[in-house]
Amino acid sequence: MNSQPMSFHRRISHALADGALRVALDRTTERFTLKRAAGLASLPDSDEVRDRARAIRLHTLSRLDEYLEQFDAAVTLVGGRVHWAADGQEANAIVLDLARSHSVERIVKSKSMVSEEVHLNHTLLAAGLDVVESDLGEYIIQLAGETPSHIIAPAVHKTREQIGQLLADKLGVPVTDDPAEMTATARAALRDVFLRAEMGVSGVNFGVASTGSLAIVTNEGNASLAVTAPRIHVAMMGIERLVPTLDDLTVMLQILARSATGQKLTVYTDLLTGPRRGDLDGPEELHVVLIDNGRSHLVGTEVGEILACIRCGACLNACPVYQQVGGHAYGSVYSGPIGAVLTPSLDRGGPWHSLPDASSLCGACREVCPVRIDIPRMLLALRARAVHSGKTGRWVRIAFRLYRMAATRPWLFRRTVSVGRWLMELFAVDGWLHRLPPPLSGWTLSREFPVIAGRTFSERMRDRLAASG
Amino acid sequence: MSEAKHTVQLFATCLVDVIRPTVGLAALQVLERLGVTVTVPTGQTCCGQPAFNTGCLDDARAMARYTIDLLERSPVPIVVPSGSCGDMIVHRYRELLADDPAYAPKAERVAARTYELSQYLVEVLKVEDVGAQCRRTIAYHPSCHLLRGLGVRAAPARLLEGISGACCVPLSGAEDCCGFGGAFAVKMGELSSAILSRKLDAIVKSGADTVVACDAGCLLHIEGGLRRRGSSVEVRHLAEVLAESE
Repeated sequence: MNSQPMSFHRRISHALADGALRVALDRTTERFTLKRAAGLASLPDSDEVRDRARAIRLHTLSRLDEYLEQFDAAVTLVGGRVHWAADGQEANAIVLDLARSHSVERIVKSKSMVSEEVHLNHTLLAAGLDVVESDLGEYIIQLAGETPSHIIAPAVHKTREQIGQLLADKLGVPVTDDPAEMTATARAALRDVFLRAEMGVSGVNFGVASTGSLAIVTNEGNASLAVTAPRIHVAMMGIERLVPTLDDLTVMLQILARSATGQKLTVYTDLLTGPRRGDLDGPEELHVVLIDNGRSHLVGTEVGEILACIRCGACLNACPVYQQVGGHAYGSVYSGPIGAVLTPSLDRGGPWHSLPDASSLCGACREVCPVRIDIPRMLLALRARAVHSGKTGRWVRIAFRLYRMAATRPWLFRRTVSVGRWLMELFAVDGWLHRLPPPLSGWTLSREFPVIAGRTFSERMRDRLAASG
Repeated sequence: MSEAKHTVQLFATCLVDVIRPTVGLAALQVLERLGVTVTVPTGQTCCGQPAFNTGCLDDARAMARYTIDLLERSPVPIVVPSGSCGDMIVHRYRELLADDPAYAPKAERVAARTYELSQYLVEVLKVEDVGAQCRRTIAYHPSCHLLRGLGVRAAPARLLEGISGACCVPLSGAEDCCGFGGAFAVKMGELSSAILSRKLDAIVKSGADTVVACDAGCLLHIEGGLRRRGSSVEVRHLAEVLAESE
């Protein structure tokens, strides 16, 4: 476990040294941020809509058990079947069993973060099934053998030049950096996949408890095909992904795309209620897999509100850390501020305790969150937990214990300052230190550090008081 | 400015006390020039923010209690020349000491009468022109905790515009963090450096000869970076430029 902080730091170093990644991130995060601002400005009162959305999400979480039962009953009533998975292993086993019992060989997927979370593809591919991602970004990273680096734009870490080369290498098409041409290539390859797949696996943006409906938003229409063309539709969703009613859904849809891409709505919004019932179209069977995987443990804790997240990705785009290193540096499928809270919270035994350190606590994430999740507050709670459980480095805890001793005893504070000044002056040039020893050397990588002032403000005030008195 | 006589106590903060005392002197001078009586409580050290942000809550609590006792010695408003320390006292003390029956009410009282300097000048004294004069081309960097923590957006800019002879220029990505984050700059030095680099590029590109902020932490960070680059851009706390006169 001790090697993890090192490897997190190493991942950050790698990301910072990756020129193409910096180009890709610069191109996209700024564009997303500007579009989000314009998108929200197109709502007559976006603050009020955000307040309502937040209230809906918090209300749902406060009675999650009731809404889950209601949702289960509603899905069943319209002819679907609900499966409950306590963890990722169970979720994957459910999907694999469904595939086997229905003699499925080919599966087409539309984008699903929770399926990434439980590593579904790995299980299905290992069982010999043919699994193809149909979201363009997911398709690209599947070809590259990578994981998503952004909640809504999984291949955001790649430049279009890199993607052109990847398609040429994997599909034997000519190299191009024209996005339209690349999209046409993927579309041609995927068309056959949609038609031949016996099972479509999708994510779910929102499940509606009162009707058992599933809302899925895309810009490519791939989900519409993936969940209607194959015989069987398997929808994977985290247990928190519910809203009580269709009215509530309309509130969420007003801010989801606006916060994500700045669009008023995505190009496609599918609202699916049950499998085919006498219609010509649609799957013969609908299976909804409700996945807990650590979520229910968070309800009512200091990070419980993270379950209100609607996976728009706005906090990633706004985060100065994400803007520098992208998603892969975080080492888990959820990255950015939301990932730094969600990952260590869902996987408490995992090697994630230093993820919450990767933040300057600037609050940009809280400012853009459509449901106003106080992410910095949660990062602080997780840092406190790491200190409490002894996972934070010893030198940090000792340093602050000593600092506290000095800061609560003015005489000791003065003495410490004097000693510090004397020490610093030994090594300073023109009042500045060019290099600090470990563990403070991180500062002087790119910054000088000033020597303690010749006379502190307190000393000057004491002199002033003496002079006037 | 209203006619009533104002009295405040100045909580200078540890960075100002130890690293940049001129900020404390300047704040004192500006307030006194406006007719405010200023006391400086003796024995002030650190508000506890570095410990709190690192997750060392027991240590942060001890420092918070110490500072609360210090500030409770006088009932007058508290002025802090720092957005992040102000945010700590106004917002974090309450939650940190919520379960402490002796200190929770004190934390509330202290929070209710604490103001960041620019906030106090503009919102309480209703002053935008403090009579300052200087020939500077200024880019203003809004520090994160002042902006998003205390919600003070307009006051510093108004005060800068009130300086006779000064010219304010826009800073691209002004509201982006400089990458300081206290211990973050040390623990995640490489990452923090990359974030700072973008801020320094914007400062240099702005054409300003002076960058101004309201937080000694950000100033320390930005100045340390500019010095390493060999830049001639000067770094000033808002109080320091407001205290200037020709």
